[in-house]
Amino acid sequence: MNKILEVRNLSKIHGRGCPQCFDTTGPAQDTNICPHCGSVVAAHDVSFDLYAGEILGIMGESGSGKSTVVKTLFFDETPTAGEAVFFDGDAQYELFSLNAAQSRWLRNHRFGMVYQNPHLGLNFNVSAGGNIAERLLMSDIAHYGEIRSRAKALLARTEVLPERMDESPKRFSGGMQQRVQIAKALATRPPLLFLDEVTTGLDLSVQARILDLILEIQQELSTAMIVVTHDLGVIRLLAGRTLVMRYGRVIEAGLTDQILEDPQYAYTQRLVASAL
Amino acid sequence: MNPGYELPLDEAAYSFGFLDEYAKREVRRAILKAVSIPGYQTPYASREMPMGRGFGTGGLQLTLSLIGPGDTLKVIDQGSDDSVNAVNLRHFVELTCPGVDTAERTAEATLIQSRHRIPEAPLTEEQLLVLQVPYPDPLVVVEPSEGKRKIMHGEGDYSRLLTKLYEDIVQFDEITISHRYPTRINGHYVIDPSPIPRYDVPRLHQSRALILFGAGREKRIYAVPPYTVAEPLAFEDVPFRTEDFREEHGNRRACARCGAKDSFLDEIILDGGEKTYQCSDSDYCNQQLAMRSAAVEASA
Amino acid sequence: MEPILRVDGLSKHFQLHEQQKLIPSCINVSLEVYSGQLTALIGPTGAGKSSVLKCVYRTYLPSSGRILFFDAKGREIDLALASEHQMLELRSREIGFVTQFLHCLPRKSALDVVSEPLVARGAGRESAREKAAELLAMLNVPERLWGVPPATFSGGEKQRINLARGLIARPRLLLLDEPTASLDPATTDRVVEPIETIKAEGVAMLAIFHHPELVRRLADRVVELAPPVVATELLETCAH
Repeated sequence: MNKILEVRNLSKIHGRGCPQCFDTTGPAQDTNICPHCGSVVAAHDVSFDLYAGEILGIMGESGSGKSTVVKTLFFDETPTAGEAVFFDGDAQYELFSLNAAQSRWLRNHRFGMVYQNPHLGLNFNVSAGGNIAERLLMSDIAHYGEIRSRAKALLARTEVLPERMDESPKRFSGGMQQRVQIAKALATRPPLLFLDEVTTGLDLSVQARILDLILEIQQELSTAMIVVTHDLGVIRLLAGRTLVMRYGRVIEAGLTDQILEDPQYAYTQRLVASAL
Repeated sequence: MNPGYELPLDEAAYSFGFLDEYAKREVRRAILKAVSIPGYQTPYASREMPMGRGFGTGGLQLTLSLIGPGDTLKVIDQGSDDSVNAVNLRHFVELTCPGVDTAERTAEATLIQSRHRIPEAPLTEEQLLVLQVPYPDPLVVVEPSEGKRKIMHGEGDYSRLLTKLYEDIVQFDEITISHRYPTRINGHYVIDPSPIPRYDVPRLHQSRALILFGAGREKRIYAVPPYTVAEPLAFEDVPFRTEDFREEHGNRRACARCGAKDSFLDEIILDGGEKTYQCSDSDYCNQQLAMRSAAVEASA
Repeated sequence: MEPILRVDGLSKHFQLHEQQKLIPSCINVSLEVYSGQLTALIGPTGAGKSSVLKCVYRTYLPSSGRILFFDAKGREIDLALASEHQMLELRSREIGFVTQFLHCLPRKSALDVVSEPLVARGAGRESAREKAAELLAMLNVPERLWGVPPATFSGGEKQRINLARGLIARPRLLLLDEPTASLDPATTDRVVEPIETIKAEGVAMLAIFHHPELVRRLADRVVELAPPVVATELLETCAH
């Protein structure tokens, strides 16, 4: 197995920060707001490895910093400290020291992101097919016929009716919007995909089909994925390994079945015990 | 301006015309930068002009910064030298710039200020074309934030503009942009080439004359330097097309006045509701007419 | 002969923070498993038989002791300390686990559920399906069920699907947790057959059986676990 991503000591502070920020926040202090300067420590000292083709789950309640981790890796947010190396074949990228053009290139060609809120991932002013076209155009494909046929194939793969390809996703159901987002994220066949609460807020039956789709895609393309969720069911179904986060810190990490059946920390035990 | 400051005599040309030398220096600096970075929208301190913004103040500032005694100016509006705006601008230059000639013949002009058209007659290296631009940024239709647009320009990221073209083809089977067709200059910056029709866009490519664009209200100057690559955005398999003026049988329409079949035509609806077509470039039309009557005379 | 798995002084207890309790599960277990042999774990309910299997598979984190596994390349790996990626790799290539309960993807046909471990290893979907069909036929799962998700199956049918899933990838070490618990005697016989076959092929097995009869028929070694120690007793011994 090859390592595809190595994250070390990733931290993110919202606010000006002070020297006491890290000591006065965290699970032991039961807060992520620094009492000295009022800054929010969204993530601190997060480290993990991701291997090609595996699914890593990041679990925690809202405000635990789980989304912050993927957002910094996808360049949506700038980390305060830490390192992340992306291994792409023979190439290596220090994610947090790239210039804007380089990070945009990685975002467009090698990474994919599916957001909980489709408004963040989709352009509602253009059609579903246009959304996929945009991503293909970003990666320098300039043949209309090819763009069209690839968009059609991607939407078919994610079970969006081809006759709705030229409609705006505005008119789609939540589940369909997520499918379009997934198709868009996959358009360039990225080796690394981030999924941020993709099924939250959807009907159970719709959730199930989206999760099936994600698993099928993972098997077909062996895409490495980081799945952020507060839903134990999603973690159980998708992730081989899991990080549990609280107040910006990783409090427990392990194989998913071990985390769910033999959690070590009080918080995780409570979380698992409270699952429906 | 420093009232005590007098220019040396040999630099008197510098304070020529309506604009003070500081204004001209600002515009000229912006021109130099614009020419050095083809297609880049150079910001500049646009001055108040004795006319409303949106009436060509950007173009006029360029013209007044460039013109000097011995120059011949032609002003075109919608292809015509006789429209109100063109006449007024020409009159203004005649009033404020002694020693400057004005002309309607394209070939006679050293400096041409235009709106909506590039002259039909090919321009030469000795000529200079100034185009008035209402909206300089082609990205404004896809991105409202100016800050983000600047980043997109800097990174050459025009995928959303191309997506717009994609949507056009999906909806209408062709790209429907008629004016202001986004055009990539020198392989990087995409410009809004002012409201010229698609028909004129190929004239930007490898132009012999320097073409300058001025947006007075938006305070931007940009350029297509001579012999520069200008490619309209398109897809590999859906190439850029210009208006072909074919009637229903596939024949090229001719100008009803001069008979030319190689010019951009305006559609004119007559009183009876009938449509007729005429050259939009009035100087070109006159030239064709003159040539034709000369030929008729010669054969008689 | 060298064992493929040697468990040495393995103990597992659960620390429940909320209830402030320490629950012992298995204490000081030692055993060996050899290629082509089956080691059976016996003992009363609650002796921690399942815990031993789960510790070997790392579904439980062992509290103390060593779990030495000798992989296909002859390396010795302590499963109690192996990295997560090492464990995932071993799970996909060398160690299989058949539990009493079927944990599988819902909404997938029985055939796909069974063939999945092969597909995950990179086998073609069609050839994996053929293999799965072979196994299901051997285990006497009616063909009309093959295309149906196993969620609706009876306990016995589910168990056979589960067993087929464990057998298909031909692991070097197979952990069996009561694979015949809810089968009738006739079906039990059908299950014994493939277990004997893979044993003959050299697969090492560590198993818990519901029926003492099966232990007699299949086991080469038997390890008896001590009855559990009452929690309070253990806490007292810890305190000393």
